[in-house]
Amino acid sequence: MIKLMKGNEALAEAAIRVGADAYFGYPITPQSEILEYLSREAEQRTGMVVLQAESEVASINMVYGAAGTGKKVWTSSSSPGMSLMQEGISYIASAELPCLLVNVQRGGPGLGTIQPAQGDYFQTVKGGGHGDYKMIVLAPATVQEMSDFVKLSFELAFKYRNPVMILTDGALGQMMEKVELFEQQERTTEKLDWTTVGKPEDREHNIITSLHIEPEKMERINIHLQAKYKIIEKNEVRYEEIMCDDADYIITAFGLVARICTKAAELAREKGIKVGVFRPISLFPFPYEQIKLHANNIKGILDVEMNAGQMVEDVKLSVEGKVPVEFHGRMGGIVPTPDEILEALEKYIAGGKL
Amino acid sequence: MSVETLDRIETKVFEKTKSLLDTEMHYCPGCGHGVAHRLIAEVIDEMNIVEDTIGVAPVGCSVFAYNYLGMDFSQAAHGRASAVATGIKRVLPEKYVFSYQGDGDLAAIGTGETIHTCNRGENILIIFINNGIYGMTGGQMAPTTLPNMKSTTSPFGRDTKSMGYPLKITELIAALPGTYYVTRQSVHKPLNVRRAKKAIQKGFEYQKLNKGTCFVEIVSNCPSNWKMTPVESNHWMDEHMLAFYPLGDIKVPNVKEA
Repeated sequence: MIKLMKGNEALAEAAIRVGADAYFGYPITPQSEILEYLSREAEQRTGMVVLQAESEVASINMVYGAAGTGKKVWTSSSSPGMSLMQEGISYIASAELPCLLVNVQRGGPGLGTIQPAQGDYFQTVKGGGHGDYKMIVLAPATVQEMSDFVKLSFELAFKYRNPVMILTDGALGQMMEKVELFEQQERTTEKLDWTTVGKPEDREHNIITSLHIEPEKMERINIHLQAKYKIIEKNEVRYEEIMCDDADYIITAFGLVARICTKAAELAREKGIKVGVFRPISLFPFPYEQIKLHANNIKGILDVEMNAGQMVEDVKLSVEGKVPVEFHGRMGGIVPTPDEILEALEKYIAGGKL
Repeated sequence: MSVETLDRIETKVFEKTKSLLDTEMHYCPGCGHGVAHRLIAEVIDEMNIVEDTIGVAPVGCSVFAYNYLGMDFSQAAHGRASAVATGIKRVLPEKYVFSYQGDGDLAAIGTGETIHTCNRGENILIIFINNGIYGMTGGQMAPTTLPNMKSTTSPFGRDTKSMGYPLKITELIAALPGTYYVTRQSVHKPLNVRRAKKAIQKGFEYQKLNKGTCFVEIVSNCPSNWKMTPVESNHWMDEHMLAFYPLGDIKVPNVKEA
């Protein structure tokens, strides 16, 4: 079925169709449509629990409890609300609970603005909560991907017993596009051996915890988590390459910004500058190797983000100094235009930086 | 009667309830947690609901409750046990869900979650252990510390002018329409132990009615951080804690309805 939908609504619809069991959330612009859409649609169609919590702190802890039962559970918020959830996310990652988290980013820091931004890359990818943990992070660029990644996120979350974050922004959440919806799936719960669902006679009681007071045990848990992240790094790198084959310059960008950069690359090619776009889709695991492969064939990289320069650090790590990497960013809710991106690229080239 | 016959006679007069595990407890001598744990285990075993019960452990001295109680357990972040319990109960509405929380957890950092869980009338049982002090972190002032009571962060006694008043959260909870059964008990004397057990049992049984949150406060002691012997602490509790936190039911179900 093809429909014209807002990004937030396509995402909520996908969660209904994937057979999610519960959503716990709290209103915050620019993603309140998710809770509103679910409140209208979800319970009557599939029986999904939809609960408006008293805060994001409560939401994430409700997710912790419900995810421990092996159900498909999720929440969403926007930047300031996501900050409130960080403690809970650290617990969820440590206790290895599968769940979906969605951050429809807005401009910060602080209460900031309700306009789109990408300032939460560090928080999301590098671990905004305490301790050594990783979420799998997916960055959609289209309303279609807002829908598709919900399904993918639950698959990955259960495959690795790990929280998965869809990191998007207010523009993609609010804009309408054509989306092909996948078929309604049944709500089913797989029987898992670690869940807290009530202890039958024939097994020990299950405990969901992140507390391991003996240092040796806590280190073993950490080593186990790191080993899991290595496997994720090996298996789950996702990216898109646009016009990169013959490119002299590559623009790196994630999410919606990559689409704006694609327009900028087309404008550049009209002027005879061969530009390609590399879009990391999974921000963890990050496509370090795939970006590095381009380093020998290009003159330089321009990284474009709606922040002060966050993913650019990972792009630099990827190319290991083989080619120059420059940055163009807008902040505070300003979305860059194709023209200004091209202008920035041309300026760097003319100035001998790229 | 022959010796052989005597040997065969069942002489067992007491058996430890099955859901109270054999793990050695880390609680200090004289602490009320051990008794409270045993009551929960007894009620769950007597009701034969181990398979249908999920507990939520707090942060604080009873963070390790899951090591002593043999049902499935989720360990919550500090103060968030009732939110975690909400999450579990909402996806497993047929199960019995209870949280076990101390005063710092439930009435300070978790006040918001506590009030909203009760106000939504989540069909869970909240067991609230109130000993007027932060135990695990070493005796700091709690939201329930009595006026003039000494702690490591109120070394000259709680001065209500600057440190505020002890929070009677149970009375506050009872005023919410979402709660169904709210009571305050203790476990420092045999009679009180029996009453507390009865209260916990009601808390579990009422969950099946889907009428709202059950809330059982157990006023308890902390010999180590009160710097008293177990016996002294029980006397002190009787005299001071119970004067401020009187025992008894605060909100009881309408019997006809129940």
